[in-house]
Amino acid sequence: MREYSAYTLLKNALTGNRDWKQAWRKAEPRPHYDVIVIGGGGHGLSTAYYLAKEHGITNVAVLEKGYLGSGNVGRNTTAVRSNYLLPENHRFYEHSMDLWENLSHDLNYNVMFSQRGCLNLAHTPGQLDEYIRRGNALRHSGIDSELMTVKQIKRLVPALDVSGSARFPIIGGVMQWSAGTARHDAVAWGYARGADRRGVDIVENCEVTGFLRDGDRVTGVTTTRGEIRAGKIAVAVAGSTGSVMKLAGIETLPIESQVLQAFVSESLKPILNTVLTFGMGHFYASQSDKGGLVYGGALDGYNSYAQRGSLPLVEEVHSEMLALFPSLASVRMLRSWGGLCDMSMDGSPIITTGPLPGMYLNCGWNYGGFKATPASGWCFAWTIARDEPHALNAPFTLDRFHRGILIDDKGMGATPNLH
Amino acid sequence: MIIKCPWCGPRDSSEFVYQGEGGRTRPDQSSTDQSAWNAYVYDRVNTAGDHDEIWQHSGGCRSHLKIIRNTVTHKVLSVVFACDTQDQEKPA
Repeated sequence: MREYSAYTLLKNALTGNRDWKQAWRKAEPRPHYDVIVIGGGGHGLSTAYYLAKEHGITNVAVLEKGYLGSGNVGRNTTAVRSNYLLPENHRFYEHSMDLWENLSHDLNYNVMFSQRGCLNLAHTPGQLDEYIRRGNALRHSGIDSELMTVKQIKRLVPALDVSGSARFPIIGGVMQWSAGTARHDAVAWGYARGADRRGVDIVENCEVTGFLRDGDRVTGVTTTRGEIRAGKIAVAVAGSTGSVMKLAGIETLPIESQVLQAFVSESLKPILNTVLTFGMGHFYASQSDKGGLVYGGALDGYNSYAQRGSLPLVEEVHSEMLALFPSLASVRMLRSWGGLCDMSMDGSPIITTGPLPGMYLNCGWNYGGFKATPASGWCFAWTIARDEPHALNAPFTLDRFHRGILIDDKGMGATPNLH
Repeated sequence: MIIKCPWCGPRDSSEFVYQGEGGRTRPDQSSTDQSAWNAYVYDRVNTAGDHDEIWQHSGGCRSHLKIIRNTVTHKVLSVVFACDTQDQEKPA
């Protein structure tokens, strides 16, 4: 497994890079597996990886309708953090953070995890009070959180407009130093390679077109590459959850699919050394190692399966960017794209057995799925292997909406476009 | 995305506020059926394709509109006043 090392790097550099093994096989689907994971994104791949690594279940297929990494795992803005308000989220996302911290070693694949911090800016006294409350809640759970003054913020990010004459003056902020970024493609490739080396079949260009049933029980799937049967079928398809679950006869879910846009600027000299969020609107940014600013804003705000957004949001995001960094006015945007967010009704995810016998469901990641990738797969693998949730994902049930035990971190209610 | 308001004519979507799925029917006020209320509040059809939805022309005539829009192509197929649709409760 440990084929990437300083020694092999040097050896291959001297011998024309002819000795590298393919990162994962192009597997042909077999007619039967113990577990099928539908969705070859970050969560599906990490689920397969932890099924093999933690539970010894290696007769697994991951079915991906496109190419690996073509969905949200390659479309997100790479931020990793655990600065939530509620204890259920603290425990889950902190477990994810623990896995992130050792992920490159665990996978023998450099995911470029960089704990450069995540700073939420406050612009009103009320907002600062809310940050203090959240910061205290985090510290109570043993997670780092630090209130920052304007002077400290200016020292950390000198390009920020912290003048009192800014459109929304900055009056402070709350920092999670252990937060940061990771290279999203490497996360997908690293998990794929790790799962493949343990015997998992990763089947690309294989779209699920229906479910095979034995009464209520789900026993397999029909795909564009034939029928595949399995004892357990796990669904981890993020924004496509609605359409895939309809194939199984589940007509309604507490989920809306909406589009979120992301942007990259041309390369700049180092200007931003943390993940920064604007408090008076939806805007967040970090700077990649290549120098491009990676940033985004709010959802477009309506149901969409289009993976592309519309122009009003493009304008809004950039006006927010300039409110914080007037000096970026002449910087050009390089690329923009959209990803499908499975917005749940309380802003928290669903990792559960069911809703049909033989089926397992992982969805509702809103726009925060990337940071959850390791813990989501870890908990989902546990749930699949043992037919019951781990304590970390036990609160994230599907029936919590009907039972009145929501996990609404922001207190927004059933308005998915506001989470 | 352009939405053709029946009152104001074709306008940019940024003038409108999205109010969610259109097919949901609120249970009768006197209903004590908890599961019907829960389904009304939390469950969504979330169609990939032609989708019933309610928008408000908040930056214009403020009418509530019932729109059928394709969620895959973003093409707006029909726009009518929400009060003209059949499932709107008529005052007694």
